[in-house]
Amino acid sequence: MKKFESTRIIHSNKIKKIIEENYRIKTIEIDHSIEALPGQFLMVWIPGVGERPMSIGNNDPLTISVANVGKVSGKMHELKEGELISYRGPFGNPFTLPQNGKRILVIGGGYGVVPIYFLAKVAKENGAGVYSVIGGRTERDIVWEKQLFMVSTETFITTDDGSRGKKGTVLVEAEWLIKEKKIDHVYTCGPEKMMEAVAKLCKEYDVACEVSLERYMKCGVGVCGSCAVDGKLCCQDGPVFTGEEALSISDFGKRKRDATGRLEDI
Amino acid sequence: MAKLKCEFFGKKLKNPIILASGVLGMTKASLEMACENGCGGVTTKSLSIEPRKGHEGPNVAETECGFMNAMGYPNPGIDAGLKEFDGWKRDEALIISIVGKDATEFGTLAEKVEEAKLNAAAIEVVLSCPHTPGYGTMVGQGSPESVTEICKTVKEKTKIPLIVKLSPSVPGEVKAAEAAKNAGADAINMGNSLGPAMKIDIHRKMPVLGFGMGGLSGPAIKPIAIRCIYAIKQTVDIPIIGTGGVNCGTDAIEMMMAGANWISVGTAVYYRGPEAFDYIAREMDAWMDMYGYKNVNEIVGVVHEEIRKYKNYSQ
Ligand SMILES: Cc1cc2nc3c(=O)[nH]c(=O)nc-3n(C[C@H](O)[C@H](O)[C@H](O)COP(=O)(O)OP(=O)(O)OC[C@H]3O[C@@H](n4cnc5c(N)ncnc54)[C@H](O)[C@@H]3O)c2cc1C
Ligand SMILES: Cc1cc2nc3c(=O)[nH]c(=O)nc-3n(C[C@H](O)[C@H](O)[C@H](O)COP(=O)(O)O)c2cc1C
Repeated sequence: MKKFESTRIIHSNKIKKIIEENYRIKTIEIDHSIEALPGQFLMVWIPGVGERPMSIGNNDPLTISVANVGKVSGKMHELKEGELISYRGPFGNPFTLPQNGKRILVIGGGYGVVPIYFLAKVAKENGAGVYSVIGGRTERDIVWEKQLFMVSTETFITTDDGSRGKKGTVLVEAEWLIKEKKIDHVYTCGPEKMMEAVAKLCKEYDVACEVSLERYMKCGVGVCGSCAVDGKLCCQDGPVFTGEEALSISDFGKRKRDATGRLEDI
Repeated sequence: MAKLKCEFFGKKLKNPIILASGVLGMTKASLEMACENGCGGVTTKSLSIEPRKGHEGPNVAETECGFMNAMGYPNPGIDAGLKEFDGWKRDEALIISIVGKDATEFGTLAEKVEEAKLNAAAIEVVLSCPHTPGYGTMVGQGSPESVTEICKTVKEKTKIPLIVKLSPSVPGEVKAAEAAKNAGADAINMGNSLGPAMKIDIHRKMPVLGFGMGGLSGPAIKPIAIRCIYAIKQTVDIPIIGTGGVNCGTDAIEMMMAGANWISVGTAVYYRGPEAFDYIAREMDAWMDMYGYKNVNEIVGVVHEEIRKYKNYSQ
């Protein structure tokens, strides 16, 4: 894992642009660029409220995308252009970058497309061929489509209700793509049940796979143990795990720990 | 590394290095991971009666010469916690840390640990957290009176060896250690993080930690921990776990010379990763080799013997 010197302090920079993606997701572009690898995350701090891990969606300009689901993310939605945003990082074990000439399939569900786009962008710059699938519950849950389209050979959409793209889960597109496009490596981030299904699919077809797990994190730097998954720490050993590693984690796709450390069903 | 073998309340440990409470210890698998990385014993997260979410973040911050945390005792509560740590089969010692608001709560917690019949080598009562309202130094739990009351209550409820974790920030640590011994405690852990301390972000003009203040740990507090351990060893005849800022083998040797029988290690996991335990053990072993020590116990408290040779040395 690559550790950056910059992780030791809190950075504060101005917000350059805020984009309202849909009814619950806002993208925040920061007037700054950082050295970070796809799959890594920041601990974003709202003074007086709290701090939450957020995936890095781009390093230049530094970009995150936030779903308004609760206390801290709600406050992030109140931020305005020109205001300061504070964070530490980047933290975590990144995705493995594909080599020149490899074909990859990236699969994002909901705001899971955020780190997936960053990976696809860098992979394309490295000369890999990128196929992408974005999944959502309905048409309005599909975000970052344009960005992903720009770096992909082909982009496919699926929705649970069929309001956009094919009806069904991301698997309806992923399976044939793996078979017919001779995919070397699959990368996925999104709801855990979706990632579990993708990891199993990749196992079946014997294709390398990496998933990005979300666990309750407090310190982000591998000491407090809140994000433990079996003998590993999501913030340090993850959030990116190989599909094989993920499938061997007893809670994968089933349970996660809340802020107190108690297990709850996903 | 046979030189590092030692005893811990009837258990044979491969070395005297113990994972400190609150670091990694949320799950049994994490504790096992620490063991795989070379420690002789592990301490669980401190367990309270009810589940606790802990403080809002940031929960940690690095400073020039140390580390700060204000976790606020996040833990699943004693019942879920004891289930989590059930079935400990390893050779490394398992220490269950408990945290209560008063003697009654500590009594209830100790009783639950006793009844759970875990394979626990000891119970550690924490009387020294500097940043959690209702607990530790914020409510004066480190005073001799409070230590006496809590130790007596716990001792009535359980036969498991009792460790009392004190604070390096509360004056009178020797009196507190004496009170613990007289009330039946089997060992002292000196000590917790120092403080409360504060770090301010000058861009946001706000304290960095979510709770505003927190405990200081790591290299910054080692000299204070050493002095407290030295003082307790000088007057109270009780085994000591030394904690605070041990980052490498020579830090551990220094702390043992001051009087610690075992060393617990927390923040070194931040600086060196979970491999810290193995590194520290190897560094201790190499140092002992170099200076001809055969067993780690030869080092414990040697400063006190050495000082006696200097007749005019006064403190
Ligand atoms: C490595 C990592 C990367 C992440 N990246 C992003 C990202 O790019 N964008 C983003 O928006 N979030 C991301 N998250 C999730 C984020 O850190 C928070 O969990 C989320 O913002 C909720 O915090 P809150 O304080 O708003 O909600 P809280 O007040 O803590 O929780 C409110 C309610 O929301 C529920 N909830 C918590 N998290 C989620 C969730 N993720 N989805 C739906 N419901 C939830 C809780 O169960 C609770 O009932 C990431 C998490 C991790 C571990
Ligand atoms: C993140 C973190 C969490 C901690 N949680 C606890 C805890 O729950 N109970 C406790 O007794 N001590 C707790 N401590 C204190 C440590 O056990 C230890 O006493 C202190 O950090 C000094 O040792 P060190 O310098 O080796 O870290 C915590 C320390 C840190 C850094």
